[in-house]
Amino acid sequence: MSYIGQFRVWRGDSNGGSLEDFEVEVNEGEVILDVIHRLQATQAPDLAVRWNCKAGKCGSCSAEINGKPRLMCMTRMSTFSEGETITITPMRAFTVVRDLVTDVSYNYEKARQVPSFQPPEGLAPGEYRMQQVDVERSQEFRKCIECFLCQNTCHVVRDHEENKPAFSGPRFLMRIAELEMHPLDTADRRDMAQDEHGLGYCNITKCCTEVCPEGIHITDNALIPMKERVAGRRYDPVVWLGNKLFRRNRS
Amino acid sequence: MTEVERHNYDVVVIGAGGAGLRAAIEARERGLRTAVVCKSLFGKAHTVMAEGGCAASMGNVNSNDNWQVHFRDTMRGGKFLNNWRMAELHAKEAPDRVWELETYGALFDRTPDGKISQRNFGGHTYPRLAHVGDRTGLELIRTMQQKIVSLQQEDYAETGDYEAKLKVFAECTITELLTDDSSGAISGAFGYWRESGRFVLFEAPAVVMATGGIGKSFKVTSNSWEYTGDGHALALRAGATLINMEFVQFHPTGMVWPPSVKGILVTEGVRGDGGVLKNSEGKRFMFDYVPDVFKGQYAETPEEADRWYTDQENNRRTPDLLPRDEVARAINSEVKEGRGSPHGGVFLDIASRMSAEEIKRRLPSMYHQFKELADVDITKEPMEVGPTCHYVMGGIEVDPDSAQSVVPGLFAAGECSGGMHGSNRLGGNSLSDLLVFGRRAGQGAADYVAGLDRRPVVLQSDVDAAARMALLPFDPPESGEPENPYTLHQDLQQTMNDLVGIIRKADEIEQALERLAELKTRMRRVVVEGHRQYNPGWHLAIDLRNMFMVSEAVAKAALMRTESRGGHTRDDYPQLDAEWRKTLLVCSATDDDELVPGIKVERKEQEPMRQDLFELFDVEELSKYYTEEELAAHPDYQSLAAKGNAEAGKEEA
Amino acid sequence: MTANDTGVNAPLRARLPVSTLRVDRWWMGPALTVAGLTVFVVYATFRAFQQAHYFVEDYHYLTPFYSPCVSEGCVEASSLFGRFLPDHPLIPYAALSLPFLLLFRLTCYYYRKAYYRSFWLSPPACAVPEPHRKYTGETRFPLILQNIHRYFFYAAAIVSVINTYDAIIAFQSPEGFGFGLGNVILVVNVALLWSYTISCHSCRHVIGGRLKHFSKHPIRYWMWTKVSLLNARHMQLAWITLGTLMLTDFYIALVAGGVISDLRFIG
Repeated sequence: MSYIGQFRVWRGDSNGGSLEDFEVEVNEGEVILDVIHRLQATQAPDLAVRWNCKAGKCGSCSAEINGKPRLMCMTRMSTFSEGETITITPMRAFTVVRDLVTDVSYNYEKARQVPSFQPPEGLAPGEYRMQQVDVERSQEFRKCIECFLCQNTCHVVRDHEENKPAFSGPRFLMRIAELEMHPLDTADRRDMAQDEHGLGYCNITKCCTEVCPEGIHITDNALIPMKERVAGRRYDPVVWLGNKLFRRNRS
Repeated sequence: MTEVERHNYDVVVIGAGGAGLRAAIEARERGLRTAVVCKSLFGKAHTVMAEGGCAASMGNVNSNDNWQVHFRDTMRGGKFLNNWRMAELHAKEAPDRVWELETYGALFDRTPDGKISQRNFGGHTYPRLAHVGDRTGLELIRTMQQKIVSLQQEDYAETGDYEAKLKVFAECTITELLTDDSSGAISGAFGYWRESGRFVLFEAPAVVMATGGIGKSFKVTSNSWEYTGDGHALALRAGATLINMEFVQFHPTGMVWPPSVKGILVTEGVRGDGGVLKNSEGKRFMFDYVPDVFKGQYAETPEEADRWYTDQENNRRTPDLLPRDEVARAINSEVKEGRGSPHGGVFLDIASRMSAEEIKRRLPSMYHQFKELADVDITKEPMEVGPTCHYVMGGIEVDPDSAQSVVPGLFAAGECSGGMHGSNRLGGNSLSDLLVFGRRAGQGAADYVAGLDRRPVVLQSDVDAAARMALLPFDPPESGEPENPYTLHQDLQQTMNDLVGIIRKADEIEQALERLAELKTRMRRVVVEGHRQYNPGWHLAIDLRNMFMVSEAVAKAALMRTESRGGHTRDDYPQLDAEWRKTLLVCSATDDDELVPGIKVERKEQEPMRQDLFELFDVEELSKYYTEEELAAHPDYQSLAAKGNAEAGKEEA
Repeated sequence: MTANDTGVNAPLRARLPVSTLRVDRWWMGPALTVAGLTVFVVYATFRAFQQAHYFVEDYHYLTPFYSPCVSEGCVEASSLFGRFLPDHPLIPYAALSLPFLLLFRLTCYYYRKAYYRSFWLSPPACAVPEPHRKYTGETRFPLILQNIHRYFFYAAAIVSVINTYDAIIAFQSPEGFGFGLGNVILVVNVALLWSYTISCHSCRHVIGGRLKHFSKHPIRYWMWTKVSLLNARHMQLAWITLGTLMLTDFYIALVAGGVISDLRFIG
């Protein structure tokens, strides 16, 4: 059941690089990452690639396969035909380090700018009480494996490097939504979502949701609800008028 | 002189899994400048793979649960070889550690009254595992990752620098620990950036090892590439000792087919929620494999087992939930006797026992994972599963309270430390282990640093030697054919899997040791292509050193222990031996070889259990594990002896 | 089309000769969206200004494009809320409701996605570069106004009530009660319009999504779960209702214009 598959893999670094052709054995039931490992072990021992669990749980092996952002461990070879040439490149929204490895530090910097969970004062450990229905929304977002494919595919930064300082990307806007919906969190991050994390840049074109390997409904359940919450605070004409009349300064 | 980037810290934590992060949080909260060094990106550690949950006797679901019950379960699971003090601390402190996570923002599944929900798991008397669906490990990692971020935000508010007191060095590998020439105490750690290949030196008086396990020395494993036993080997080379290395846990239910999911574990939660093991004849074979020590505690018929899922007060649990080693051995026997599945496993069936919706609700990521990765629908067909190398019980020998090894300044927590789980770990006890002892290691390191009157000194010659060692694979061999690190690695895995795997024999282990010696000579000829920038071939060549040391420790200890217990099964010595219960095998490095030092194994008497803990057990149960002399210390011993005499009398009459 | 120094060609990113390596027919989605929306806009514009064939007096069929009919030009029987707007060729008879319905759909989260992707190519498909040099999204005027979608939802809900009333009073004939194919079409149309309106993301927010503790509001939580189910079908409903609106209007236009006669079941 095995055959020789045709692969084009991008090799190079931030100074330049190119697609290189390889012929690699493919066996029944394998995924792209199996093929990359075989390529490493037999033809290109220094091929740089990130991976960890090979089970779709750690989010390390993000790449672009035939132009689509995907996890290599979750792309089954059976979804391609035998004669097809499969192109594998690193993620294209981030600086490349080497071969299939990119510099994803942008994401870690953004993560650091989201104010952390703020529990109610005086609530001792062990006294936290939350209902299942109240934690479920945030739990969906906590399924995130931080593969950063949503960040990679989002055109706001993918197509506009200059937006990176102003825009935190779907992953971290979702993190804000997660905290906003946390039943015991006491902070208000709505203004911040709009002013510092660039929620307004999102034009809800849903590519983040499309590429999410965890199937999280990023747009419908996190970004749009977040936009609605911001709208309630900032763009509600009644609230706006009230703020104008009583000169309540937004900080 | 080697060109190195230098950093100065109070504590360097090696590994960013659960134990490492918890240790780092503790050290930083105690005011120490802390570095976390990890081989992968921040937040990708193997802990994310833990599915079932985190054991803590909070008693939220069954109020009969308490630390004593948890302690007993842990000791029983480890066949009484556990370091009882660690098991005690673990059982006592686990609930606090879990509750603490909620203050960091963790969102566990809830009970109807709003507390943390707890689920049943193999070997645990009561529902005890705090969980989030089947992605509990991910929740732990993310929660602690976010706690670290929140500490960094505090530092930023104070100093304007996020990394003033706590910094994560991601994709950075430590290759050697450095010690002070005069005291032998830890003085620092040497490594390289994976991205650039440049060397980095951490000068620090305390190092916390939290590097996880050794699974990558075996062929069939659920472990990722990081699990190369770095912590074990680095500690050995720094003069520390390892214990219990012969005990390697094979998770009973790793997928054996199809290849894209081979080695991926099917959580015990599947069995806890109603999934059952069946052989090729469709028989629930586990009822035939309840060992004597567990007789009476498990259901004897499928009917009783099925009733247990809904009424746990009046029925005994299904033997599908026996401790992992028992289940792994049972599957092994079924396969050997020709009743296995087509691909050498057995069937784990949940599809026929629950509606598709119910399965998807209870095991969402399990369902999703197999559907996506392998196009296997677990709601429609049974899974093919078999034993998979999963966890090493053995590790760095540490003081239970401070987590310090025999080397001053070297601490260890989590999988790379030894003792806590004895000969076999209960599912759910690893997540609680890494929280409890991660915190203790951080604390221990903080206390140690505070008590120092002089910082240990890094010797330049040690740095140069470490650099030379790391660069060795770039030099062509003096003689003989160059070796490909990938091939060598495969040969090592094959050797360990075939000869020191789940069932062991003296002659096979001896054969393995011969092969290891041979592979070690090939190790000298390893050559890598390319340059130092993000070169996986080079990285593997460096990790191989560690894998060889650890493999030798496992094989040598396995050869010496002539009994079967927990994660160590000897075909030639199939019984538990009470004499061996109190004996630990301690591994240390010899200095015969700079590249891959040899391993020396010595026996050491285990310290007897404290009397009040000893009395928590029924003397009758203890009699299955302990020698007569040891049992004499138990207050009920006399009655047991009398009963024994009476029975003996009856037989005579 | 993409600028050289930004986006996927920005310095330090992986250099590749093409801007996308996608080999599937990614352009199909946007192309179909353009086609579908164009057909509707052309048809709706024509009909809104036609000012004829909108009402079947015998059975009281009023097309949704003319409801409520408030122009002085409206047939008296069709007008339930009075006739007060001047009769002018550039003022549609339903000039009171049409702008809100238009804006409701224009600011709808689904339609935004659809036209941003298709008409504005921002982006045309995932991982396919957009042709614009600068991008500020919905941070500035005029697109910042998308944030008031919620108020158009309220307006659309009121119009849906009127449409519902239209559908109910259409069960008549010159003899009294009546029931024909037109009724079936009107009822189906209004049911789908409600589904689309209720499935709106803003509706989902106000009905319960904005709450922090569902457990303290069991009824709103229940409603939220139902709206959420519909919300997952928002895209489908958006397209289906464009179709049923045109179909309903076209059927009534044909009957009103005498091209066909209504298939009557009763009366």
